[in-house]
Amino acid sequence: MLKINLSFFGLILSLVQIYAQSFVIDSTKIYKKKVLSFEEANILSSYYHQEGNHSAITGGIGTEKLSDFANVIDLKLTRYDGRGKKYTYGAEFGVDYYTSASSDKIDTKVSSASSSDVRVYPSLNYSVDNEKTGLILGGNIAFSKEYDYTSIGGGANFSKKSKNQNTEFSAKANVFLDTYSQIVPTEFRSNLPSRQQKKGEIGNAARNSYDLSMTLSQVMSKRFQIALTLDLAYQSGLLSTPFHRVYMNDGSLLRETLPGTRFKIPIGLRANYFIGGKFIIRSFYRYYQDDWGMTSHTAHIELPYKISPFFSVSPFYRYYHQTKIDYFAPYQENKPGAEYFSSDYDLSGFDSQFFGVGVRYIPIKIVANLFAISQMELRGALYNRSDGLSAGILTFHIQFKGF
Amino acid sequence: MIMLKNGKFIVLILLVFCAILFSSCSTVKSSEKAYLNDGEMTLALRKLEKLEINFQLYREGSSGATGGKSGGGCGCN
Repeated sequence: MLKINLSFFGLILSLVQIYAQSFVIDSTKIYKKKVLSFEEANILSSYYHQEGNHSAITGGIGTEKLSDFANVIDLKLTRYDGRGKKYTYGAEFGVDYYTSASSDKIDTKVSSASSSDVRVYPSLNYSVDNEKTGLILGGNIAFSKEYDYTSIGGGANFSKKSKNQNTEFSAKANVFLDTYSQIVPTEFRSNLPSRQQKKGEIGNAARNSYDLSMTLSQVMSKRFQIALTLDLAYQSGLLSTPFHRVYMNDGSLLRETLPGTRFKIPIGLRANYFIGGKFIIRSFYRYYQDDWGMTSHTAHIELPYKISPFFSVSPFYRYYHQTKIDYFAPYQENKPGAEYFSSDYDLSGFDSQFFGVGVRYIPIKIVANLFAISQMELRGALYNRSDGLSAGILTFHIQFKGF
Repeated sequence: MIMLKNGKFIVLILLVFCAILFSSCSTVKSSEKAYLNDGEMTLALRKLEKLEINFQLYREGSSGATGGKSGGGCGCN
């Protein structure tokens, strides 16, 4: 009897404690909620450079030299409604500037317009997080524009946490409606009307992408959590690139031709484990398969080590293997009469290795009593592909948090 | 229609995942999630990784299941 009473007393105490904790948290939120407040902003920059000798624009031979300078800024604002709902409003704006030596070979007579280009990609997102029920609903719209390519996208997302907050299921559906302004190489311009011959534009084509992504994440222990992601992706429209040349084995020259649909199934497993007080293992594996005959395996491991609570170093390594699509053959090896053909080495069979190191610093430096610099990170990495392509990327991130 | 040449492999991954999920996990209270809530423990791509994924999307034939976007944009250079 005494045991039961003590257990009951303990239970009451626990309930009181939980109630007290939740009361404190809720009152904080109520205090914050009514005003739309700044939660977070991020500035990201990257510089990427690659060298290779299998450009698809010149039929699987020729330089792939390319540089890309990307900058992204995002902003997140939040407010609470006093009934446990958190509203998040997000905006992102990205600009890439790139130069590509192979794009300069679309037109062999003069320098092509797309030998250097700027891509801009703004997006907006909105979500409602019901912290009482663990349900999150949201949506987003996105836009992307470069010289010969325009993309308009939108999507919806849903997420539900279990009562104990240890299991979460989320689903995200996205649609991208893209328009390709088709530019053909010089050799294919002789039959075009004279006003089209200079730019080589033969009209617009659509490329649509439909993605459904589902993730189940689970807390396994106080130090271990995993997430399984299954994507179903379908593309339709012009999936080949209009200025990719293909030299057949009889010496003839054609433009790349690929099927008008593609169905992809990637499945990924992410597992993170915290060892001791300073060491973390972040791991990821993905298996991928599509109906063009490609399968791939991706394994990624990152080992963040906390030198101090504010400073960490993260070496990482990624191994990737893919098989070629059914329609790929190298320069002058495609057979005439085939329905589909490509000499794009991005779709060939290869292995790649990606490795580097990141350093992360958490300064928590308050600026003008408005926000805090909450994180700074710098990463550098090298990428080597077994067909000889090599690349390097340097990325930088600074994060600001409101309070 | 997709040819699931390695369908057994996907089934195996799912079975292993479900076995782990339903047998090994224990309930962890919010107050015990100090390690799990660490910024390095997030079960998604970190901000900088999204920029790295961008070029991998272009230089490799497969995509998806990373939490990043898997459509939109050309990447044809």
